[in-house]
Amino acid sequence: MAGLNKVVETYDQALAGLTDDMTLMVGGFGLCGIPENLIIKMQEMGVKGLTCISNNAGVDDFGLGLLLQKKQIARIYASYVGENALFEKQMLSGELDVILTPQGTLAEKIRAGGAGIPAFFTATGYGTPIAEGKETREIDGRHYVLEPSLTADFALVKAWKADTMGNLVYRNTAMNFNPMMATAGKITVVEVEEIVPAGTLDPNHIHTPGIYVNRVIKGSFEKRIEQRTTREA
Amino acid sequence: MALSREQIASRIAQELQDGFYVNLGIGIPTLVANYIPDGMEVMLQSENGLLGMGQFPTEDEVDADLINAGKQTVTMATGASLFSSAESFAMIRGGHVDLTVLGAFEVDVSGNIASWMIPGKLIKGMGGAMDLVAGADNIIVTMMHADKKGNSKILDACTLPLTGAQCIKKVVTDLAVLEIKDGAFHLLERAPDVSVEEIIEKTAGKLIIPDEVKVMNV
Repeated sequence: MAGLNKVVETYDQALAGLTDDMTLMVGGFGLCGIPENLIIKMQEMGVKGLTCISNNAGVDDFGLGLLLQKKQIARIYASYVGENALFEKQMLSGELDVILTPQGTLAEKIRAGGAGIPAFFTATGYGTPIAEGKETREIDGRHYVLEPSLTADFALVKAWKADTMGNLVYRNTAMNFNPMMATAGKITVVEVEEIVPAGTLDPNHIHTPGIYVNRVIKGSFEKRIEQRTTREA
Repeated sequence: MALSREQIASRIAQELQDGFYVNLGIGIPTLVANYIPDGMEVMLQSENGLLGMGQFPTEDEVDADLINAGKQTVTMATGASLFSSAESFAMIRGGHVDLTVLGAFEVDVSGNIASWMIPGKLIKGMGGAMDLVAGADNIIVTMMHADKKGNSKILDACTLPLTGAQCIKKVVTDLAVLEIKDGAFHLLERAPDVSVEEIIEKTAGKLIIPDEVKVMNV
């Protein structure tokens, strides 16, 4: 019996049960904090018809761009997709269904999904094309749009450290969408840089409690940088 | 002479106040960080999950896990904090950010802003702009007054799909500082050596000119 031990040893185990036409959440902001090896594994598996929920779509040869290369994504929810030429091509040809979603609304849809809230009202997007066809309501003199929440078959998350029970700590801005996604997957798979024994992470410093996490795997990361901006020393 | 990007940024920096939490968009807004007056404490919010954005790192300090919303490598300022995207937009949507500065394609006399989509051209997405304009009370839009062909972008009604409706009150362009109220642009300041006539000529939306127009201090 594994009990509460969430650690798996191989990427086959990490993504067992992930099949065609599933809905996936994929953490990251740009290329920062993406579960890069889980994505590479999905490209190898060749799963197709995927619906991906992710703030961005990677670049041509890294991140979700790898799944676009093999036309594995049928639909994507994202807030900004400007860095990817393959994406443009597939969107313009109609192969890829793109649901552009304001970044804060996307984050809240995922948070709400994980928290058991089916929808929420937000002022974001009222009076814009985003609100078309959606229920709106005036509350205390302000207009709001009803936004349904999001959940997924699999949430693919990148964290810095996990303990064997799946408690997670993120690092710097690699946190971004990962904590909410960890709560909103039927199966949450987390790729980390380090796995430590349960009891060694300070409970005061845990970002995501292990209850949300099903599988943890240790990876090694390229951590590609999109815009390397520096100043003189 | 119309203002340079740096001069626009320096003028916007005059709107900062000690103790402000500020979100700066990509482009000219980012440059505002270079003109924070000495001795003033301002905390920069980056919507990917950082409050207290510092300067660019030295080559040795570069950290792939530490970027801003423009995906540039950055550092953290003293007193910085880190959080999730949901928390970040709770700050924004909840009205906790004191000042938001962002760019636009068009603004109009009703305070509408269009900044994310040009039909027929590639659509890259709105990122956090729709949340920022919906959540902030104090927003400054920065943009060029007219496009390269001289067509005004300061309009009676935006022609492009909106980012937000009735949310913009102040615009700083390369020619002027404008306030939007009562269904019109009000000329508050003009750029040095830019005539009121030129501003009138390049403003398509209803424009109110007060008796005296201050010259921008840039």
